[in-house]
Amino acid sequence: MVHIKRLLEDGADILAIVGEIDASSSIELDLTIAKSVGEGHTKILVDCSALEYISSAGLGVFMSYIEEFKDKHIVMVLYGMKEKVINTFQILGLADLLHIRENKQEARKLLHELSA
Amino acid sequence: MNTKALARFSFLGAIVCWLVMLFADVTLVFSSLKGLTPDIPLWLPKVMLDLTVVSLFYYYKFKIERDESLNFTDLLWRVFATGLITTVISLALRLFDFLLGSTMLSSNIFFIDVQYLVNLGLLLSFLMAAFTSWKRLILYQKSKWLIRGWALFEITLLIILLSDNIQTLLQEWILTTVGILTGLLALVLSANMKWVAYLNFRQKWTSLLLLLLSFFYLGYFFYTTNRLSDEIALQSSAFLEFRGHIFNIYFFSFVMLYSIFSFLVILFNLPTSSVFEQKLEEVVNFQRISQSVQTEQNEESVYEILLESSVSTVFADAGWLEIRGEQEQTRLQTHRISEQEAHKIQEHLNGRNVKGALDQSSDRTRNLSTHLASLRGTRFRSLMAFPVHVKGEKIGTLALLKELPEGFNKEMTQIVSAFANQAGISIENFRLLKEAIQIERYKEELKIAKTVQKSLLPTKLESAADFDIVAFSESADEVGGDYYDTLRITDHQIGLIIADVSGKGTTAAFHMSQMKGIFHSLAQQALDPKEFMVRANEALRYCLERGSFISATYFVVDSKDKVIYYSRAGHCPLLYFNEKEKSLTYLVDKGAALGMIKGKDYCNYIETNSISYNPGDLMVLYTDGITEAKSKKGEEFGLERLKQTISDVLERDPQEMQSHLISSLYAYTGTEEIDDDYTTMIVKFKERTIENQIR
Repeated sequence: MVHIKRLLEDGADILAIVGEIDASSSIELDLTIAKSVGEGHTKILVDCSALEYISSAGLGVFMSYIEEFKDKHIVMVLYGMKEKVINTFQILGLADLLHIRENKQEARKLLHELSA
Repeated sequence: MNTKALARFSFLGAIVCWLVMLFADVTLVFSSLKGLTPDIPLWLPKVMLDLTVVSLFYYYKFKIERDESLNFTDLLWRVFATGLITTVISLALRLFDFLLGSTMLSSNIFFIDVQYLVNLGLLLSFLMAAFTSWKRLILYQKSKWLIRGWALFEITLLIILLSDNIQTLLQEWILTTVGILTGLLALVLSANMKWVAYLNFRQKWTSLLLLLLSFFYLGYFFYTTNRLSDEIALQSSAFLEFRGHIFNIYFFSFVMLYSIFSFLVILFNLPTSSVFEQKLEEVVNFQRISQSVQTEQNEESVYEILLESSVSTVFADAGWLEIRGEQEQTRLQTHRISEQEAHKIQEHLNGRNVKGALDQSSDRTRNLSTHLASLRGTRFRSLMAFPVHVKGEKIGTLALLKELPEGFNKEMTQIVSAFANQAGISIENFRLLKEAIQIERYKEELKIAKTVQKSLLPTKLESAADFDIVAFSESADEVGGDYYDTLRITDHQIGLIIADVSGKGTTAAFHMSQMKGIFHSLAQQALDPKEFMVRANEALRYCLERGSFISATYFVVDSKDKVIYYSRAGHCPLLYFNEKEKSLTYLVDKGAALGMIKGKDYCNYIETNSISYNPGDLMVLYTDGITEAKSKKGEEFGLERLKQTISDVLERDPQEMQSHLISSLYAYTGTEEIDDDYTTMIVKFKERTIENQIR
C-alpha cells in the first residue's frame, strides 16, 4: 500500500511517497505524477524518504516520464532514498537517467540549477 | 412371494371360506327344518365368516394399502368401484329372483338363504375395501401416536370378531369395555381428515360424488341383507344371523362414520379450497423463480417469470417490470398493458411528484392507488409497486395493477415482495455464475500463457569443453517473465543470456518470446555484447509499452582467449568467484535496462566488460525473484544471503550448488508457494581435459 502526499513549496510540487510501491500501487504513483504534469508544474520534487520498497512496475513509472519531461522541459528530482531503494534504481541503470539527490536541500539546489 | 400372488392367495382363501360358510349354513337350515341333528358343528358358519373377514382384510391390505401409486381420489374411486361391482352382482341376483316370479323356488328358504349369504359376502367385501381405504386416508400424515391408535383399533376389532364365536372367551363386562373403547377409537381416528386439504376444487367435487354413491351402496346392502335375514328368520332360526354378529355392526358403523365425516368435511371445505390452491401455486411460482437461474439462459427469463408469477398470484389485471440496464437505460416489460398506457401512468405519477413506483431511489413497497384516482382515462384503480434489488442495489421496479379499487391486501403484498426478493437473489446468483465462468476462462487462458512461457525456456543447454552449466526456473501461479538461454556462436564462442521482463501475466510471456527471438537472431551474428544490447534495445523500442522494460545480461564465453565478455542491461549484478584470489564478489558495472531509453542515446548507458577466467571460476546468474524472496517475517533473501549460500558450497559441482541454493531458498521463505519467479543459471569453469575435448 502506498500513500502519496502533495505539497506546493516555492514553486515546486513536492510528492512525498509513503509506503511500498508494487504492481498495483504503481498506478497511483503514475496518476499522481500525471496530475502534477497536467496542472502545469515544471518543477517536481519526489520525497522518497518514507518509500520502503519499489518494484519493477514502480520503476517503470519513473522511467516512462524521462522522455516526456525532457521534451516538455520539466525537471524532476528524487531525494531521500533509503539505501535498499536506491540500489534497485542503480541496478536497473535508472539512477543515471533520473536526477537523484541525498536530501531535500541538495535536490532543491539541483532543481534550481536545472530549471535556470 | 410377491404382493400380487399374496393378494390372489388371500382372495382365493376368502372365496373358499365363504363357500364353506354357504354350504354349512344351508345344511344347518336344512337340518333345523327337518328336525335332524346336523352332521356339522353349529359354530362352523360363524368361524368361516370370521375367516372370510380376515382373508378379505389381507386381500385388500395387499391390493390397496401397499399400492403407493394411489392418490386420494383413486382410493375413493376404488371404494366406489368395489361398491359398484358388488351392487351389480347383487342386483343381478335380484333380477333373477324377480324373473322367477312367485314360483316355488323364489319362496324356497334355501334359495333365500343362498341369496342372503351372497349379499352378505358382497357387503363384507365392500366394507373391507372401504375400511382399508379409510385406513390409508387416516394414516396419511402419520404420527407415532396415530399409528399406535390405529393398531389398537384393529386389535379391538379382532377381539370383537373372535368373541362373537366363543361366547365364553370373555366375560360380559370385558366385552363391554372393549366395545366402548372401539367406539371411542373409531371417533378419534375419524377426526383425521388432513388429506382433504390437499384436494383441489375439482377433486373435492369428485370425492363428494363418489362418497354419495358409496352411501347409496351401503344403504342398499343394509336394506337387502336385513330384508333377506328377516325372511329367513320367519322360517328358521338356525341360519347365520349377521345382525347377531357384533363385529359386523362395529365394522359397518365405522365405515359409515368415516364416510359421513369425510363427506361433511369436504363439503364445508369447498369454499376455502381456492385459498389452498392459491397457496400451492404461490409455492410453485416461488420455486420457479428460484430455479430459473439454473434452467434459464438469461436474466430476461427471470424477469418474465417474476412478472407472470406476480400477476397470476395476486390476480392482478396487468403489470409491468421496469429494469435499469447496465448502460443506465431502462427497459420495460409489460403484461396485459400496452407500453403507452404504462408510460402514461408513469408520467402521471411523475407529474404529481409521487416518489415510489417510478422513482428508482425508493426501496420500499408502496401502495400508490390513491394517486391513480386522479388519472383520467385509465381503467386501473389500484397500483402497487415493489423494488427489485440485486446486491443491495435497486435494479428495477415491479408494478401491479388492478381495475378494482383497494384491490391488494396485506398477504398479496407480502407474497409479491417475497417474489421480488427471490428474483433479485436469482439474478444475483446468475450474475455470479457468469462471473465465475468468465474467471474460469481467464484462468484457462493464463494456464495456456504459462505453458507457452515454459516452452520458451530451453530444454537443453549448450555444452562446452571448459565449463559446466546448469539452470533452474520456477514460476509462481501467475505467468512469469524470466528467461534464460544459450547459443553456440562459433566453435570457440558460446552466447548466454538471462533476462527478466517487468510485469507478469500474458504480456510478460509475450515480451519474453520477443526476447527469445531477438537473442537467437542477434547472438548468431557474433556481436560484441554492447552492440548486442544496443540492437536489442532498438528492436524492442516499438514492442514494449509505456513503463515496461526488460533487464538482461548477455555473455559471450570465448574459450580460445579464456575471456568472458558481457554486458549488463539493468539486470541483477553477476556473482563471480575468482579461484585464484579466492574471492566471491558481485561485479559492479554500468548498464540501463532495455526499453528505458528509446533512441540512439542508449549506447551511452551500456558497456561491454570482460573477465579472464581460470578453471575453478564460477558465475552465478539469477533474477530478482531470488534476492527479493521474503521470509515469513517479511525480510528479503538479499544479496548477502545469496553470496553466503553459494560460498558454503563452492567445492561442489554446479548441479549440487543449484539444489542447495533452491532448497535454502524454500527453507528461508518457509513455504512451497512462491509469489515470484525463481530463476538461476550457474556456470563453473574447469580444466580442459582430453576427455572433455573429445566430448
